[in-house]
Amino acid sequence: MPELKLMKGNEAIAEAAIRAGADGYFGYPITPQSEILEYLMVEDAHKRTGMVILQAESELAAINMVYGAACTGKKIMTSSSSPGISLMQEGISYIAGAELPCLIVNVVRGGPGLGTIQPSQADYFQSVKGGGHGDYRLIVLAPASVQEMSDFVPLGFDLAFKYRIPVLILSDGVIGQMMEKVDLFDQVPRATEFDQSWVLSGKTHDRPKNTITSLDLEALDMEKHNHHLQAKYKLIEQNEVRYEEILCDDAEFIFIAYGASARICQKATQLARDKGLKVGLFRPITLFPFPKKEIFARSEKLKAILSVEMSAGQMIEDIQLATKFRVKSEHFGRYGGVIHSPSEVLEAMENLIKSCDNGNK
Amino acid sequence: MTEEIIIAGFGGQGVLSMGKILAYSGMMQDMEVSWMPSYGPEMRGGTANVTVILSTDRINSPILNEFDTAIILNQQSLDKFEPLIKPGGILLYDNSGITRFPGRKDIKIYCVEATEEASRMSMVKTFNMIVLGAYLKIQPFVKLENVLKGIAKSLPPRHHHTIPMNNDAIIRGMEIVTQENK
Repeated sequence: MPELKLMKGNEAIAEAAIRAGADGYFGYPITPQSEILEYLMVEDAHKRTGMVILQAESELAAINMVYGAACTGKKIMTSSSSPGISLMQEGISYIAGAELPCLIVNVVRGGPGLGTIQPSQADYFQSVKGGGHGDYRLIVLAPASVQEMSDFVPLGFDLAFKYRIPVLILSDGVIGQMMEKVDLFDQVPRATEFDQSWVLSGKTHDRPKNTITSLDLEALDMEKHNHHLQAKYKLIEQNEVRYEEILCDDAEFIFIAYGASARICQKATQLARDKGLKVGLFRPITLFPFPKKEIFARSEKLKAILSVEMSAGQMIEDIQLATKFRVKSEHFGRYGGVIHSPSEVLEAMENLIKSCDNGNK
Repeated sequence: MTEEIIIAGFGGQGVLSMGKILAYSGMMQDMEVSWMPSYGPEMRGGTANVTVILSTDRINSPILNEFDTAIILNQQSLDKFEPLIKPGGILLYDNSGITRFPGRKDIKIYCVEATEEASRMSMVKTFNMIVLGAYLKIQPFVKLENVLKGIAKSLPPRHHHTIPMNNDAIIRGMEIVTQENK
């Protein structure tokens, strides 16, 4: 029996964590995602499933608690917002190097620095290119609705364990703070039996010692480990690309946008269609792996692409690489905590269409 | 049918909770709903606003820059949002503290003296429900029974004894709302 609730995106993440059978959450409050920790505390997650909820003394402590707990093979997560996620980067790099599964949620706010508390999407580079030091990637999921905030928690855990990789849910202040209907999935019991082959759970006589570390002083061994990581990321790029297309079939111009910007572009798409303009929306759901092939395949039929992101233009670089510059691609976005309106986005698209038409004359 | 609403006023006037009740009410009527607050530092003592969308279809953008209806509870919000109402749209405002009155000719303007009525009824806290009643009278998309269900969903059980009082305030708002330009 589906359970329909009206929830904030942040609350949906927290409820989904309990229902997905998460074993532990370690975090530190920061706007605009404090409701996640607050909800887990108020709901008494520990009483409901035995899930451990701990407010750490800082983001550094939280991510290192995640590192430690994830070594035991349990479902572990944390959440923060931009400045807090920056503080966690060292730990995330270690976790990626040590190949541990975990779920990290970033409800992005305006930056740089302490920035502002209003929504932003300016953490794209940090999220999809690594973030900390070294050659590593995270799987990055970009929810565009409260429903997806809920759905991507179990999906995120599944992917994290499938590839033993940290998964990042890259959200923003809009999706975190807004309320929408959400269809909650049934409670999944916390796992009692799971793959113990690599975990640190106390060595028994019948298995060799497991070691979890990101350190290897032998350069050749470390290179081998890096090859292994890169092969894993290749596999993820082959298997895990997710995206949604809206009115793209006959489109001559498309928006490419994720998260809150995708919702705003959906409205702009509708407004453009009302004016008879052949506009569509391509929404990457995974930002790593980025839907490169899909965008390349589509680009042949297109006159231009408008990348819309609450940033100065980050995803546009991946779009230009994906299309190999064979179609005109531009960026539009307000940033620093300002949200672009549907009309502004539509106007940017109309200007792009005009510039293409003039070019043809 | 899609109704795009902005509710704006001072922090503490019950702007966000009125929006929440409206969203819950729409949900009780099987509508699609979204509720997007301004959550900036302006909330503390300054202006607060929330965008509520009720629709029979899937809602695309929770962020809007023009509205079918604006429910306005202070001067700053009136100045800011009156120009953003769609032609033919609705402006509902409480006239307490308003010195620069709305002047657009291409929208329908309604006034509800909710601040005054709430103190007359000695129920200052139900001020926002008087305004909600006025809105429901003008735009009867959501049935009163669903609004009462919405209030029950929105309020924690320890406050459920206030539902009859809220009901009275909504009815009162329906009675006292007046159209200014016909």
